[in-house]
Amino acid sequence: MADYKDIIARYTAVPGGIIEAFHAIQKEMSYLPEEAIIAAAEAFKVPVAQAYGVATFYSYLSVKSRGKNVIRICESAPCHVAGAAEVVAALEKALGIKMGETTPDGKFTLEFTECVGQCQATPVITINGKPYGDVTPDKVAGILAAY
Amino acid sequence: MAEEMRVVLRNYGKIDPLNIDDYINAGGYKALEKARSMSQADVIAEVRKSNLRGRGGAGFNAGMKWNFAYGVQADQKYVICNADEGEPGTYKDRIIMENDPHAVFEGMAICGYAIGANKGYIYCRGEYPYVVDLLNQAIAQAKAKGVLGEFDIEVRMGAGAYVCGEETALIESIEGHRGEPRYKPPFPPVSGLWGKPTIVNNVETFANVAQIIEKGGDWYAGLGAASYPGTKVLTLTGDVVNRTVIEVPTNTTIREVIFGFGGGIRDGKKFKAVQIGGTSGGFIPESLLDTPIDFDSMTAIGAVLGSGAVFVMDETRDIVDVVERIAGFFEHESCGKCAPCREGTMRMYELMKKVKSGKGTVKDIELMKKLGGVMSVACLCGLGQAAPSPVLTTITHFRADYDAKLQ
Repeated sequence: MADYKDIIARYTAVPGGIIEAFHAIQKEMSYLPEEAIIAAAEAFKVPVAQAYGVATFYSYLSVKSRGKNVIRICESAPCHVAGAAEVVAALEKALGIKMGETTPDGKFTLEFTECVGQCQATPVITINGKPYGDVTPDKVAGILAAY
Repeated sequence: MAEEMRVVLRNYGKIDPLNIDDYINAGGYKALEKARSMSQADVIAEVRKSNLRGRGGAGFNAGMKWNFAYGVQADQKYVICNADEGEPGTYKDRIIMENDPHAVFEGMAICGYAIGANKGYIYCRGEYPYVVDLLNQAIAQAKAKGVLGEFDIEVRMGAGAYVCGEETALIESIEGHRGEPRYKPPFPPVSGLWGKPTIVNNVETFANVAQIIEKGGDWYAGLGAASYPGTKVLTLTGDVVNRTVIEVPTNTTIREVIFGFGGGIRDGKKFKAVQIGGTSGGFIPESLLDTPIDFDSMTAIGAVLGSGAVFVMDETRDIVDVVERIAGFFEHESCGKCAPCREGTMRMYELMKKVKSGKGTVKDIELMKKLGGVMSVACLCGLGQAAPSPVLTTITHFRADYDAKLQ
C-alpha cells in the first residue's frame, strides 16, 4: 500500500489537485484518515479546516473508516420505483449489517447513493464504482460471491 | 412513427471509441481543420447561426456564450466540458462519451480555437470512473496523432456532488474547493476558472459542434423546432417498455417519445405521469403529452426539457411517494451556501414526509406552495430554484394523490 504522503506529493503540482489527491488516497485506503487530510492541507498550503471542508463536502469522499469493498445502492426516483428498497433489505440480510455500516471483517460497507447514471437497468448498485443493473433480491448472493 | 435522427450519436455503434482511426475514417477532425482555416469570428458566427442552445438544461445560445469569452482580452482562457451529469434518470452524456469521445474533444477544440483558449478540462462525475479511464486513453491517442494541435485536454473527476453540475460550482471544484456556486455576475465567459474567461458547455452541446462546422449553421438551424433547433438525446426510464437512449429532432412530441420510441407502458398498464428533464423537472399529465419536447414548448407548459431524462410512471404509482423521495434528494444535495435552499429543501422534505405518512393537512399543501414559490425566486442557483418544481407541478396536476393522504 502506497503511503498517503507519496500519493499527495504526486498531485501538489496540479492546480486545484487536492480533490484528485483525495481520490487517489481513497483508492488505496478506502477512506481519508485524519492525518492524510492534515498532510494534504500542508502540501496544498491551505488551512486544515478548508481541506476538511472539501473532504466532507463530497459524498464520494469519506472521513470515516470503511470496508474494503464499498457497495452503494441508488435511492433516486427511477431506482426507487423499480424496487430499490427490496434490494436494500436483501443486502442488509446477506451481510448482516444495516445501511451505513461495515461488516465486522472489514470486507463490505453499505451506503446509499444518488443516481449513478445507469438508469436503463434499474435498480442499480455499484461495488467500488462498478455498476450492476437490474438487481433483484435473488441476484444479491451471486453478485457478492465475486468479492 | 417518427424516426430517430442521429447527429450527436452519429457514430454510435459504428466505431470503436478506443480506436482514433475509426473516428478519423468517419470524417472526424475534419471540422476542426476547417474551423482553423476560418477566422475565429467566423467560427463563432457559424455556431450562432445554427442557434445551438445548451444541452445541459439552461438552453443558452452557445455561439453567443462563446462570443462573450472571445471578446475578453486575457493571457489565458479555458474550455470546460461539463460531464457531471447528475440528474437522476439521465445517462446521455455517458453514452456519448463512451461511444464517441473524440466528437466531444473535437467540439471542445473548435471552441478553444474560436475563443482563444489552449487548455480544456472535462469534469466527469465520480460515478463514472470507467468513463474517466476511457477518456484518458482517447486523449492519449489524440495527442499521439497530433490532431488537437496546441489544444490540451485534461480530465478531472467529480466526487458525487449534484450541485457541481452548476457551472460555477463545477469551476470551484476544479480549483480544488467545495463545490459551492458563485455569485453572478461576473459570469464564467468573463471571469471563470482561476478568474480567467471560461466557456462551460455540456457534453452533448460540444458533440454537436463539429457537425455544425462541417455542414453549416443553416443546415442545423433547419432541424427540429425553430427556436431550439437540432436533436436531443433522451434517456427513457421508469415504467416504459423500452428503457433506452434515443436521439430525436426537437419537434418530436412527448407522446411520440413515450408511446412511439418508448413502446408505451410496461405490463399493459396505463400512463399516469412523466417527469422530463431530470429530478428537478415538472411532472406532466396525459393531457399535455402532445407538447413538443423543445425547450420553449416545455417551458410554456410549466415543465422543462432539462437534461432529457424521461421518467415514466404507470397508473399504480403513488405520486406522493415518488415526490417525497425527490424532496429527500434535494435536501441531501443542497450545498448549504444560501439559506432559501438549505432551509427550504429541508422544510419541503419534512412537509412531504408528513403528507406521505398521512398526517398532512390542507394547510401543509398551502405552505408547500408558498415555500416553493419563495425558493424558485430566492435561491442562489438553479438547484434551489428548480427543486420545488416536482412538488408544485404535482400539486397542480395530481392533487387527488395528495388529497387522498390528507387528514
